[in-house]
Amino acid sequence: MTLTTPAAHDARPGRGSRPARSLASAGIGTAALLLLALLALATPAQADVNVYSARKEELIKPLLDRFTAGSGIPVKLVTANAGELMKRLELEGANSPADVFITVDAGNLHAAQEAGLLQPVDSAALESAIPAAYRHPQGYWFGLSLRARPIMVAKGRVDTSHLTTYADLADARWKGRICIRSSSNIYNQSLVASLIESLGENETLIWLKAFVSNFARDPKGGDTDQIKAVAAGECDIAIANTYYLARLVASDDKADRDVASKIQVVWPNQGGRGTHVNVSGAGVTAASKNVADAVRLLEYLVTPEAQQWYAEVNNEYPVREGVKLSDAVASLGSFSADDLNLSILGENNRRAVMLMDEARWK
Amino acid sequence: MSGRHPLLSPGPAGTALLASLLCVPVLVVAASAFYPAGEVWRHLVDTVLAEYVSNSLILMLGVGAGTLLVGVSTAWLTVNFRFPGARVLEWGLLLPLAFPAYIIAYTYTGMLDYAGPVQTALRDTFGWSRNDYWFPEVRSLGGAVAMLTLVLYPYVYLLARSAFLEQSSVATDVARTLGCGPVASFFRVTLPAARPALIAGLSLAMMETLADFGTVQFFGVPVFTNGIYRTWFGLGDAAAAAQLAAVLLGFVFTLVMLEQWSRRGARYTMLGSRSRPIEVRRLRGAAAVGACAACALPLALGFLLPAGQLTAWALGPAGEAIDAKFLHLVWNSVSLSGGAAALALVLALLFAYTRRLHPVLLVRAATRVVTLGYAVPGTVVAVGVMLPFAWLDNTVDGLMRSAFGVSTGLLLSGTLAAVMFAYVVRFLSVSLQTVDAGLARVTRNMDEAGRSLGYRAGEVVWRVHVPMLRGSLLTAVLLVFVDVMKELPATLILRPFDFNTLAVRAYELAGDERLEDASTAAIAIVAAGLVPVLLLSVSIARTRRRAPAPERRPVASLDRIPASA
Repeated sequence: MTLTTPAAHDARPGRGSRPARSLASAGIGTAALLLLALLALATPAQADVNVYSARKEELIKPLLDRFTAGSGIPVKLVTANAGELMKRLELEGANSPADVFITVDAGNLHAAQEAGLLQPVDSAALESAIPAAYRHPQGYWFGLSLRARPIMVAKGRVDTSHLTTYADLADARWKGRICIRSSSNIYNQSLVASLIESLGENETLIWLKAFVSNFARDPKGGDTDQIKAVAAGECDIAIANTYYLARLVASDDKADRDVASKIQVVWPNQGGRGTHVNVSGAGVTAASKNVADAVRLLEYLVTPEAQQWYAEVNNEYPVREGVKLSDAVASLGSFSADDLNLSILGENNRRAVMLMDEARWK
Repeated sequence: MSGRHPLLSPGPAGTALLASLLCVPVLVVAASAFYPAGEVWRHLVDTVLAEYVSNSLILMLGVGAGTLLVGVSTAWLTVNFRFPGARVLEWGLLLPLAFPAYIIAYTYTGMLDYAGPVQTALRDTFGWSRNDYWFPEVRSLGGAVAMLTLVLYPYVYLLARSAFLEQSSVATDVARTLGCGPVASFFRVTLPAARPALIAGLSLAMMETLADFGTVQFFGVPVFTNGIYRTWFGLGDAAAAAQLAAVLLGFVFTLVMLEQWSRRGARYTMLGSRSRPIEVRRLRGAAAVGACAACALPLALGFLLPAGQLTAWALGPAGEAIDAKFLHLVWNSVSLSGGAAALALVLALLFAYTRRLHPVLLVRAATRVVTLGYAVPGTVVAVGVMLPFAWLDNTVDGLMRSAFGVSTGLLLSGTLAAVMFAYVVRFLSVSLQTVDAGLARVTRNMDEAGRSLGYRAGEVVWRVHVPMLRGSLLTAVLLVFVDVMKELPATLILRPFDFNTLAVRAYELAGDERLEDASTAAIAIVAAGLVPVLLLSVSIARTRRRAPAPERRPVASLDRIPASA
């Protein structure tokens, strides 16, 4: 009704309406051409493996290029944040061009599987290369590298005999001495998710409140910032992923190496369930049109050669046993890892975020 | 019949249709706010919502006050006085516009953090340790206000400046004869008369503030954009995130109404043509030094210092080599920005002309609604774009399968078309307001005069409008270009396979806590953004020289930008 009046008004014949009409037909013509072009583009030309990666281009592209060089299978890549890529996969549905989804943190892998974005894969090569704790029991996702989240303290300023577990971080003796990043970060969410599993929700909340009251400052920055803050003396204790410290150890910049030299790693829970670890990992998407090549790519990523490069480029621990550690990573020392199946972290993630909100961890 | 320009007008119905297409992304998100409030929403209300609201308000008002103070004072000084460096500062004050807020935030953190060079030097020099001294914390709410103020004040400066330039000095003279001193006449005459322009600049700055994600995330300040992201992806609740986004939209809507209300008054305060140019007074001694310092400070803090730090990083060991791959990134960024700017201009012209020709409620509402996207965080716009595109693609695919047995797959999702669409949704506001402001100065009488000289409607457009609008059109293109260069979240998530831009590159490295590695890409963004800003600046300098001639009213003045929201 509202539309008829102006339309009729416009249909009035007159000198002015001719250009409008020719413009309109030109527009329609262009649109049709565009559509044809898109149709041509949309028809699958060759069997690429298309990768959606939450792992940054710099850390994954060189390996994909090696895979292409060795197998002749072209790989296309788009990177973005994990949550957004999952949203994209979900909305694109069965027509999604993606074959492989790569991300960090088991919480994300679990969320992707729960949302029905991945499909189970049966591969003897993957199963023999990856320990059971670091892959999904039905093969929905596979860990590709490991990182631990230990406690890092200022050498000489902290009596580590009082700091042997994550639970110890809630002790009042550390008031005003702890630096950690925001609770919006998935690494912290996964750490709390693992605590929920071992302590239960109530105990975790009590722990969180005491822990938050020990913060030296409002959470800000990334893990590297926490390590630097410890080295500079702003706080004495930081919680950070291992590769951030290893990167400083291996840095070309002397200032970075100086920072690393002032830090001592404390591996928590060595008498108990082990230090919290997490994975970067990948799965074949539910929408994949090229499952065979997608699986070949995953299998390539756990070959000893790829594992060494993949773990070394980001200073992580290879998921495959017997692969040599980078010097920087080896320098951090050895530890026993929590063998909790990582799917649990994903299941507890939402509760973890809520508890952190309740404890006012910003 | 006079004043009709059919070439540029699709009619009210067409315009409304186009507008509704452009608001789909925002509406899609807003719509999910009507889902019943779940556990997560109640949790948010109980715990963090109050903090989001108060922090967002403080941020918005803080940046508002900051940009107003810096923008108005520098504009007033450069328009009314001559002092050492004024010629350079006049355009130099625009340069911070080329800096994405998150990059300036990274840079200042690198410099002023506890572990950074400045504080370390202080500690080393004076032998202080942590509790011996006080130093402002960069990564805080106050820091976020400072960062956003530094890069957003040019909007207010640009608008305030052109408003001051267009004012007749007669009004001030009258005030002076009535006994007002220079300061009193500034507050009682100059400032009130420039109010609509100031509010327009202010609302642009405040909308950008509300949509900012990079800075507040890096600083760990809990505001709406952060909260939306965290609720969506951490708590995994799209509906609660949308409800947060809806509250944010409420803020924006209030801003838009406020701005509209202020413009309503402006219609009655139209100034006549300038009878006498503004008298520029030469400052001497302390006054000259003070004026120079006041104008140099925003330029130094908003541009020179961070640009210097970035350059130092880029030249250091972590700097990235400028090779063919890097140049390809530059090309991607520049072509994408150029395309989006051109597209936004065409659409802006279309909306502006339709409103001029058919000022009916439907059209006025449509042109208002398409500007909302400017204040919506890029991530929200991106998901809002993905949703309808994916639905359309999958529906077409389903139809083609059932009718012809062929699968068309995804036609639009994951293409540059989707990226472009998101840019237009996000930035149309900027070009529409610029074009509007320009068009407002083309009076009906001029159209009629053209027609009476025997020009046909199309010729009126070509011979009267185009020359008069040239400045505004160029400004519109340049502003959108700069904005798209800096845009991150929508580009990141909507782009096709193997397509990278400078902003994506800088973000990936900086997001991975490698600020120094990100510096080369960051500099390239700033440099590419600098070209249009310099163009803008050059034409500012030109209008200034041209403006005093009374017969050449401030017609093609480039420095006239968005005058409404």
